[in-house]
Amino acid sequence: MTKKMAIIATKGTLDMAYPPFILASTAAALGYDVQIFFTFYGLQLLRKDLSSVMISPLANPAMPMPVPMPVMVQMLPGMESMATMMMKQKLKKHGVASLEELRELCLEADVKFIACQMTVDLFEFDKSEFIDNVEYGGASMFFGFAGETDICLFV
Amino acid sequence: MNFDKEFDASGMSCPLPIVKTKKSLADMQSGQVLKVIATDCGAVKDMQAFADQTGNTLLSNTEEGGKFIFFMKKK
Repeated sequence: MTKKMAIIATKGTLDMAYPPFILASTAAALGYDVQIFFTFYGLQLLRKDLSSVMISPLANPAMPMPVPMPVMVQMLPGMESMATMMMKQKLKKHGVASLEELRELCLEADVKFIACQMTVDLFEFDKSEFIDNVEYGGASMFFGFAGETDICLFV
Repeated sequence: MNFDKEFDASGMSCPLPIVKTKKSLADMQSGQVLKVIATDCGAVKDMQAFADQTGNTLLSNTEEGGKFIFFMKKK
């Protein structure tokens, strides 16, 4: 019988966007039937344009920095964009796929994306901002699949 | 070793070597052999795990000049 995996993606930052897409694309390659349930900030990962998915050095003390940076400096305008640009350069240099590419690989491998209808409404997202291959549903719909999975992860 | 198709994953990091190996196998016939070249040292264990979990056979796994060469026979 086909193995199944469900992931709940709740974060919308560049660093935390990777684990759901990496795990989902890998599991699909291994023959798993995979669904990702995007809720709260995870909904950002469904936008057609992922350029607003960023990483912040602020309140992120575990992020390795080339030079020690005091919190007062991290607060300055433009720091988030700079950190995001540096992180993207680093990912590229190490041959890590872009989020767009990983997401596309997931879709090609028939990973199913479900957007939480409640949080779509809560944050007043316009569905036209999201990619087309998204289904909308609630927790019950997710449990219909998640209840029968071999692996279920909350990211 | 003879092979029917080659996929060069040089420079790619996890999970691309595995995900794209799977894609490369997709249009091959059962029994055909795919040669995969990778530079990501994580791919060594991942490729074996991929074979174990998908039923494809990892015929060989060698290192040549900093590159990892795999021969995968499709199930």
